[in-house]
Amino acid sequence: MTAPLSRVDHFHGGIHLPDHKTESTTQPVAAMQIPSSLVLPLQQHIGAPATPIVSVGDHVLKGQLIATAGGRVSAPVHAPTSGVVTAITNHRVPHASGLSASCILIDTDGKDKWVKLPKPIANYADMDRALLIERIRESGIVGLGGATFPSSIKMEARNNSIDTLIINAAECEPYITCDDMLMREQADHIVDGIQIIQTILGVKRCLIGIEDNKPEAIKSMHAAVDAASLEETSVVTIPTLYPSGGERQLTKLLTGKEVPSHGIPANIGIVCHNVGTVYAIADAVLKGVPLISRIVTITGEGVEQPQNIHSLIGTSASELIARAGGYTGKANQLICGGPMMGFSMHTDLFPVTKGVNCLLVPSLQESPPPEPATSCIRCGKCAEVCPAQLLPQQLYWHSRSHNFDKAQDYHLFDCIECGCCSHVCPSHIQLVHYYRFAKTQIWSKEQEKRKADQARRRHDARVARLERLAAERKARMRKKKAALKSKKGGGDNAKKAAIAAAVKRTAAKKAAAKAASDSNQGATD
Amino acid sequence: MISAIVTIATLATLFGLLLGYASERFHVEGDPIADQIDKLLPQTQCGQCGHPGCRPYAEAIANGEEEINKCAPGGEATVLALADLLGRDPVPMDESVGEKIPSVAHIIEKECIGCTLCIQACPVDAILGAAKHMHTVIDSECTGCELCLAPCPVECIVMVPVEEGIGNWSWPFPDSSSGALPLPREAHG
Repeated sequence: MTAPLSRVDHFHGGIHLPDHKTESTTQPVAAMQIPSSLVLPLQQHIGAPATPIVSVGDHVLKGQLIATAGGRVSAPVHAPTSGVVTAITNHRVPHASGLSASCILIDTDGKDKWVKLPKPIANYADMDRALLIERIRESGIVGLGGATFPSSIKMEARNNSIDTLIINAAECEPYITCDDMLMREQADHIVDGIQIIQTILGVKRCLIGIEDNKPEAIKSMHAAVDAASLEETSVVTIPTLYPSGGERQLTKLLTGKEVPSHGIPANIGIVCHNVGTVYAIADAVLKGVPLISRIVTITGEGVEQPQNIHSLIGTSASELIARAGGYTGKANQLICGGPMMGFSMHTDLFPVTKGVNCLLVPSLQESPPPEPATSCIRCGKCAEVCPAQLLPQQLYWHSRSHNFDKAQDYHLFDCIECGCCSHVCPSHIQLVHYYRFAKTQIWSKEQEKRKADQARRRHDARVARLERLAAERKARMRKKKAALKSKKGGGDNAKKAAIAAAVKRTAAKKAAAKAASDSNQGATD
Repeated sequence: MISAIVTIATLATLFGLLLGYASERFHVEGDPIADQIDKLLPQTQCGQCGHPGCRPYAEAIANGEEEINKCAPGGEATVLALADLLGRDPVPMDESVGEKIPSVAHIIEKECIGCTLCIQACPVDAILGAAKHMHTVIDSECTGCELCLAPCPVECIVMVPVEEGIGNWSWPFPDSSSGALPLPREAHG
């Protein structure tokens, strides 16, 4: 049953942006032909990269496991269609650096032949939750909202500590409409997914947060929730305000509770999943299908027919843009992600990964080059709009002067890089860029320190070992010497004794001979 | 007058005893300053500072026998950190040392004769192999100290700069003149 709209709380800051959502929602989600080749990065998630288990030349089937999780915080990778592995090599990946990373390249055979999938779990309510979690883990499901954190980890342990499930369907960033379209077209399957997660977590209360600029999605979700007659599950319409889809912001909106700094929603009894992830979980449990495809929004004035495309993971961005009618003359830039949190790519020859929700090709008018930055005038607008209630100015000063400890004192790592501060800055300072710079610098320092500590441990261990070996050798030598000495000493004595005995014997012999000759002489006389 | 002398003398004796007791009771093994310095050094154990490892260099700095600008792998960042710790003025890097780019050793395996000399030279046991068997460097453990280069009789060890990947990539410092994120020149690739 759908509860009446609960009262919505509010979060600090946020900005109103032109949402540009209608461009890409005029058509239903388009299917796409199987591309001739796919590129599957081994790292499409937060955590350790996956480990390939196929080799070049292997024939793989659709849904076949091709790389296993490289650790607890990691996710496996599956073949999105059947074909032949042509290489396991470095290939450009969608990353802000524009660098390459290890990928599995597959030439598709067009047959789209499925591997034998694990059995669907229809009666999930009676199943052991560990089994369901394992299914989600081995299906390679990660957060599809962009963070790509392995979903199974959010489900683990804490059976009774979670009281609320939040479904993040806010989709607050302009241009992006993949979640919107998914809810319009697949609301029932999403509700199935919600029930599965509710079973695993043992929670009844579920809040589905959707921004009020998606009336169709809200309607279809309402209908689906009603049809499933779920108790304590409600669709909550939230006002359109960027970034309401941030995990912490949405939690505050829906429950009025704040996620602690450095904490996660689970600390306050909440688990939050993106609506696309929920759909993928339903697929994995009810159909046994691993995460091998997702919906991607192709939009901006730079593409002919902005739309959403159901795309296989690993499809090249260039092919998706071609499917959307190709570039218009206005195309000026290619952004992977949305206009606020996405990053520019210098080429469209990169694959769509699990975390890519949007390819935005804005025109020059839509995304004009930033004006030259001038000095900060301390107006404080950035602090007013910061949804994390930070002090962007302080973070800026300290990041700019490489004073990273100070930046951390001002909770740099609570920054969600939403870009509100940069957007409102009258001096056009790219504040977020400074925070990203500071964050990566801090991470690389930490990495260096870890490496140094390890080197120190190994060096100390080596020194200790060499000392021990030297001591052992010395001890051995001493023992040998002593043994030799005692042997040598014993030998001398024996020799002396032998000589003495021989001398004695000769003397006795001589004496005896003399005595004999004396007595003989006496007898003859 | 006398009472003053007596008071001062008594106090002096008292504090002397107290200090003597404290130095015995709270005796610390080793040199805590050297430990702190050692923590800031990059632990490559390369010996480019003229000391046989990071720890000896740390001790030399702690004893005031050595400048803080001798660590090549640490570079200027280490000089600044040491200056901060010790309250000394930062000094420019020693020119004879010079900074290096991070790199790891790589053994050209088909040239290796299996002499084990490099294994003995490696300060962090990052080289794997046995006599008359090919050796190889464990990349993740190599500190790039270059100590294995000299002993190799067939010169089959080369230093390979650490490649920048998405794992160790850092956002560049923002270009404040334009305040812009790097924009792509051609979206069509």
